[in-house]
Amino acid sequence: MTAPAPTTPAAETPLQIFLREFRESRVALFAVAVLGLIVLLAIAAPLITPQNPYDLATLVLTDARRPPGFVGSKGFTHWLGTDAQGRDLLSAIIYGLRISLQVGLMAGAIAFALGASLGTLAGFIGGRTEALIMRIIDLQLSFPAILLALVLAAMLGQGKWQLIAALVTAQYAYFARTAHGAATAERSKDYVEAALSTPLSASRVAFRHVLPNCLPPLIVVATVQVANSIALEATLSFLGLGLPVSEPSLGMLIANGFQYMLSGRYWISIYPGLALIVLIVVINLVGDQIRDQLNPRLKR
Amino acid sequence: MLAFVLQRLMQAAVVMLVISAMVFVGVYAVGNPIDVMIAPDVTQEIRQATIRAYGFDQPLWKQYGIFLGRLANGDFGRSFVYNMPVLSLIASRMPATLEITLAAVMGATLLGVPLGMYAGYAPDSKLSKTIMAVSVLGFSVPTFWIGLILIFTFAVSLGVLPAGGRGDAVTVMGVDWSFLTANGLKHMLLPSLNLALFKMALMIRLARAGTREVMLTDMVRFARAAGESEWTILRRHVLRLIAIPLVTVFGLEFGSTLAFAVVTETIFSWPGVGKLIIDSISTLDRPVMVAYLMLVSLLFITINLTVDIAYVALDPRLRARKTT
Repeated sequence: MTAPAPTTPAAETPLQIFLREFRESRVALFAVAVLGLIVLLAIAAPLITPQNPYDLATLVLTDARRPPGFVGSKGFTHWLGTDAQGRDLLSAIIYGLRISLQVGLMAGAIAFALGASLGTLAGFIGGRTEALIMRIIDLQLSFPAILLALVLAAMLGQGKWQLIAALVTAQYAYFARTAHGAATAERSKDYVEAALSTPLSASRVAFRHVLPNCLPPLIVVATVQVANSIALEATLSFLGLGLPVSEPSLGMLIANGFQYMLSGRYWISIYPGLALIVLIVVINLVGDQIRDQLNPRLKR
Repeated sequence: MLAFVLQRLMQAAVVMLVISAMVFVGVYAVGNPIDVMIAPDVTQEIRQATIRAYGFDQPLWKQYGIFLGRLANGDFGRSFVYNMPVLSLIASRMPATLEITLAAVMGATLLGVPLGMYAGYAPDSKLSKTIMAVSVLGFSVPTFWIGLILIFTFAVSLGVLPAGGRGDAVTVMGVDWSFLTANGLKHMLLPSLNLALFKMALMIRLARAGTREVMLTDMVRFARAAGESEWTILRRHVLRLIAIPLVTVFGLEFGSTLAFAVVTETIFSWPGVGKLIIDSISTLDRPVMVAYLMLVSLLFITINLTVDIAYVALDPRLRARKTT
């Protein structure tokens, strides 16, 4: 390797420093690569899968429950086998990843927006409003998220948006808690006083000045919560309370295969499960790396 | 202090009331249990009579009023499906859940704390890194999938353990217990293990973090200077210091284990309360759903209240702030 050119630290923006440090971790880089690959697969699903697993016309029932490597009547190899309806599992998994990612990202984004605004506002306003909002959030945090999501999913009924609503309700509190902590710390700083002494409106100061400074811890929470909502969605779908059959996520594929597992047809459940775990683990690994980098206590 | 406790009790009562209203409205807004309860081909008169008998023809607020009135007498109503008082139904399922929950939490602590302490004591050793990698997996992998793998490995492939059910139970004082028979224990093993893995990952992390901190203190240096063996230091000093946060988390986690039991019980068809709630959601057994949710809320609010009061009692700074 050639000697690197001497860098002048003053010229680096915080983002550049962040990226440079990120590149130093091999595990995190690998995780980002895998995550990128999964996202690409999910986006390109209709182009790369040998079969549209939900186009009933292409399914052949005599091909059902075949083991991995079976060459189907359509002439292509089912590398991961087929499920009870004769779907190619590899195609079903890629489509499932697409739905799981969609739901996880959407729930995470909405929970982020809702929780961050609520927490920032609470920390910014202070007084009784803050006390009330934070008590409700504390109370909610004392309940396990899975139970809350389970109950809401049961009450709201099946459907993608119902499920996302349940996930958001179960998760926004984590964002609100974090944003509140950060906003309370920022609130007492001089730049906020300075901004408030100008004719800027209080809400502008809260959202344009304080909120951006609360972002680092919120980003860490966001990675964890996206992974969590994917796992939660899978769990709910497995219990039959998640997505409708028309939108089969990984959790539902696993649930469908569960009954065949007892007769030794492991692949219908195991492979979607592996895909789910790889997805969750790589998101968590990326999140761990971001957390380590943004945590001032671990900085030497 | 007394004023603070009273104020918190009042708050808890208000919260319970709000939760009861939310749960009632939420549960009674879902579906139509009549369709589940009676055959579709009965006459219109029988249908109407059934609707009246269950009070479904009343407006929702009136049904809620009746529910609250009964609740004041400790009556949660009767299950639509099992046709028995909901409270006794839940009480009859409770031992099964308690059994695996206790086994899981105890197993997680007995295994997780020593492993975590070792990982904190020798953070750079190969074994510690393995332990931490396993704990990351325990956090990341969804409980239900671990359950499937356990069933596939031990019940299907190896065929050494049963895949579900409670096995033989012994009745002691009118309650069935599985852990008293060898066959029952065999049935308990997989669900308990499934439930324990997440808790164990948590215990490992906590014990590791605590041990790392304590090992750096002067206390450990002095104990070494006094000639105590490393084993004695770990057992007598470190364990005692990290025990306090561990016990707190142990208590708090006990509640959340109940929530995970829903998943585990469904996979292993373990006839506990978790299975009951999932079944009652699919059969629209409203009284069971409402009673379960209210009892769980009560449990968590009580835990919260106890923790709040204990903190204030233990920390004089909080006491001064809260009572002014």
